[in-house]
Amino acid sequence: MGRSVLLIEDEPNIIEAISFLLERDGWTVRLHTEGEGAVEAVAAASPDVVVLDVMLPGRSGFDILKELRQGAARPDLPVLMLTARGQTKDRELAHSYGVSCFMTKPFSNAQMLQTVRDLAEGRAPPADP
Amino acid sequence: MVTFNILVTVAVAYVVALFVIAFYADRSARRGGNKWLRSPLTYTLSLSVYCTAWTFYGAVGNAARSGLEYLTIYLGPTLVFFAFWVLLRKLVRIGRAERITSIADLISSRFGKSTGLAVLVTSLAVMGTTPYIALQLQSVALSFAAFAPEGGDVNATALWVAAGLALFTILFGTRNLDANERHHGVVTAIAVEAVVKLVALLAVGMFVVWGVSGGLSDTLQIIESSPVAEWQPDAGRWVGMTFLSAAAVICLPRMFQVMVVENEDERHLTVASWAFPLYLLLISLFVLPIAAVGLAVLPEGANPDLFVVTLPLALDQEMLAMLAFLGGFSSATSMVIVAAIALSTMVSNHIVLPLWLSLQGPRATVSGDVRGVMILSRRLSIGAVLALGYAYFRVTGGTAALASIGLVSFAGVAQIMPALLGGLYWRGATRRGALAGLIVGFAVWGYTLFVPAIGLLPATIMEAGPLGLAWLRPQALFGMTGVDPLVHSIFWSIALNSVAFLAVSLVTFPSPIERLQSAAFVHVFERGGGGAGYVGGVAETEDLLVMAQRLLGAREAQALFQGAAAEQGKTGYLPDPSPEFVALLERELAGSVGAATAHAMVRQIDGNASVSVQDLLAVADESAQMLEYSSQLEAKSKELEQTARQLRDANEKLTALSVQKDDFLSQISHELRTPMTSIRSFSEFLMEGGMKAADRVRYSNIIHDESIRLTRLLDDLLDLSFLESGQVVLNAQVTALDALLERAVSSAGVGGLAVTRAPGGEGVMLRTDSDRLSQVFINLISNAQKYCDAETPELVISVRRSGDQVDIDFVDNGSGIPRDQESLIFEKFSRLSDHSSAGSAGLGLAICREVMARLGGTVHYVPGQGGAAFRVSLPLEPEMVAV
Repeated sequence: MGRSVLLIEDEPNIIEAISFLLERDGWTVRLHTEGEGAVEAVAAASPDVVVLDVMLPGRSGFDILKELRQGAARPDLPVLMLTARGQTKDRELAHSYGVSCFMTKPFSNAQMLQTVRDLAEGRAPPADP
Repeated sequence: MVTFNILVTVAVAYVVALFVIAFYADRSARRGGNKWLRSPLTYTLSLSVYCTAWTFYGAVGNAARSGLEYLTIYLGPTLVFFAFWVLLRKLVRIGRAERITSIADLISSRFGKSTGLAVLVTSLAVMGTTPYIALQLQSVALSFAAFAPEGGDVNATALWVAAGLALFTILFGTRNLDANERHHGVVTAIAVEAVVKLVALLAVGMFVVWGVSGGLSDTLQIIESSPVAEWQPDAGRWVGMTFLSAAAVICLPRMFQVMVVENEDERHLTVASWAFPLYLLLISLFVLPIAAVGLAVLPEGANPDLFVVTLPLALDQEMLAMLAFLGGFSSATSMVIVAAIALSTMVSNHIVLPLWLSLQGPRATVSGDVRGVMILSRRLSIGAVLALGYAYFRVTGGTAALASIGLVSFAGVAQIMPALLGGLYWRGATRRGALAGLIVGFAVWGYTLFVPAIGLLPATIMEAGPLGLAWLRPQALFGMTGVDPLVHSIFWSIALNSVAFLAVSLVTFPSPIERLQSAAFVHVFERGGGGAGYVGGVAETEDLLVMAQRLLGAREAQALFQGAAAEQGKTGYLPDPSPEFVALLERELAGSVGAATAHAMVRQIDGNASVSVQDLLAVADESAQMLEYSSQLEAKSKELEQTARQLRDANEKLTALSVQKDDFLSQISHELRTPMTSIRSFSEFLMEGGMKAADRVRYSNIIHDESIRLTRLLDDLLDLSFLESGQVVLNAQVTALDALLERAVSSAGVGGLAVTRAPGGEGVMLRTDSDRLSQVFINLISNAQKYCDAETPELVISVRRSGDQVDIDFVDNGSGIPRDQESLIFEKFSRLSDHSSAGSAGLGLAICREVMARLGGTVHYVPGQGGAAFRVSLPLEPEMVAV
């Protein structure tokens, strides 16, 4: 299939879980573990879907999202945002920046997989879980 | 032949006799007194202090030089005692009611207890009296010399006399300092002296009339043919001098002393009003015969001022001459003694004491030795007054300046007259008015009379006026020429004094205390109770209530009165005006108007003064309105300000709390959800089954580790909330620090970290909760494990004792903490963003800080140590903040 995901996340165990889940489904998972250089990593990897954590060392996920949307290269690049803070205002903020889907941790593996698939195929995910 | 030594012996014996009389009079007065001490006769005789040596010797001299003019000196007082004795009665009444101690006190008290006025009047009195004392000293010294020309130094005689009189005055003038300021011994001695001088002058007179001239008709012939009869009276001088002597008998400090201060009973004044003029008549009876006969008998050029002594001497009547000498001596001494008492009271009360009190500061009146200071200052003042008199005598003695200074002094003291009369009869007289009048009168008197009299002004000014302004010539002010200098000065000084007093009084407003005092003085006779001082009693409770309402506010005053009535077992708002209640009311009022005013106000109503109440209420209204208005405004603005501040504070606190709470919840959510994410994800994988065994083990381990992390986080949270709420129970026990550190290192599990103990601090024993302290150590060691970014991480633990305190440092070799984040690390969840998490929840340092606070110590980050350095400080015997 050759579909690829760029995972921007700093928690080792979560990285391992998501990688295992997506690779088993045949995705190529590329990794970036901090806020700095995330935008460049997206440009370099040119993934089908970006999975982006909010709380990153160095730079917040919101900033990265904002820059991704402002850079005209791929304005419709699907971005799945993950947060452990789970506050309503975070969700609103993410949507105002143009996030494709906003998901709170912990998530179910099935839901995560389905959402990434939907985003890659241009389908709208069922609404934010 | 009477020698100088005999004369001295007689004089000393006379003074000793005075001492004895004064001593017994004092003693008998203290024991309740005998009747003649307090008789109107003694009072009248003591008034004769008016007749000094100047009248005793000088009247004859005056008659020899100016004919009948000497009579004016007696006419003035006679007029006052006959025609104006109501004025004297008012003075005496006020003096008793207000406990007046001197003329300066009277003026100051009437015009609102003004210190400035008291000082001014005191200075005036000292200036007017000093030359007069000098005159007495001179007359005594001259009479000594007339008797025994070989008797040596006139100056030495005067000095001895001055010293002796100072001693006498100090002994009997400062014995008792009671409120009444009465000196029974002195007064009795003065009365005796009055008899001596009267008898002496009468004896000389009779001797002259019947012993020398050969009867009344012969004497009249001698007078007819002598130059005495040729003098034509100058109407201006007569009026002027009569006025002067009238003013002097009221205003002279010594007259005020005997007439008002020493007065025992107001009724004595009734007797004195006819007896004192009679005394004056008797003492002036033989003046003219002595003068005429002296001029006829004695050789040309003999000093007429000494005829009283020299005439008997020339006719070989030594005993009579001796009596005359004693008469003159007693005139001089009585004047000096009373003047010194009066002046020293003023100087001491109005100049020395205020100065002393202000130098002492507020503790002076508390320390209680004011009485001693007062007596000392009185004594020093008496000495100073006599020294001043003696000095004046030495400087001007024997000159014409001294001879004429008597009238000059009178004119100076008379400047008090307008303020005094105005104060007694005119409610509108004000302090500023009195000050203005006194200053103007004093200045005009000094410029037109005093300074020219002592010869200080250059002739050019006398003749052409200052700067050539002729209308300002000292003895022809505003072009008034051809008038006797004395009359000229009296006219202008009193006129300008009165005008200034009236004009300034009309344009200024009296202060509340002045209004109270003016009512007390002007309406003194309407207060009932004849001079018996303060009679507490028939207070009109309703008046008191009306007044209190205006000052305290209606509701407070009514509550106060109702409460007092209830305590007396009465209903309603009007308690009996018992002393307790009046005192209570005074205290309450004092809070709003000050103690003095409160006292005066309550006393006024209490004393049943029907007119004054109106004035009082006016005062009360004014101050009440102002007080109320300003205090209402103040209270309102304060209230508003306070409310606003409280609201602002509360709002800020709430905002801060809310932000803090949101942040904290958000952080906790993150810290809890992160491990839960891994656990959920991996457990789902495991539930699916069908994976490699190695993966299964691995994922199970992750789930296990993350569960532990979650549990630890929950433990930390719980721990922190306990610590912060102060619910921690601490178990203090004595522990060796070494052992504690070792245990901490081993239970932290050093991992890749090399932990070294630096030498030092061995054997330190601590009395503390060792579990809690070791928790802090473990946290710090774990931090080094997690965050030290050196290739071969090392941690050095060193212990150092400094004083009562022990410092334990944990220093690693990593890159340390960026300066801008040093202040944050002890906050909850402050895990630094630069470090990739190794699983800490960021609560460790917050817990350390809380624990150390409970243990009575501190934990700080120490910058500049190469790596991250934390210092735990703890007192050896800490005060633990356990709850």
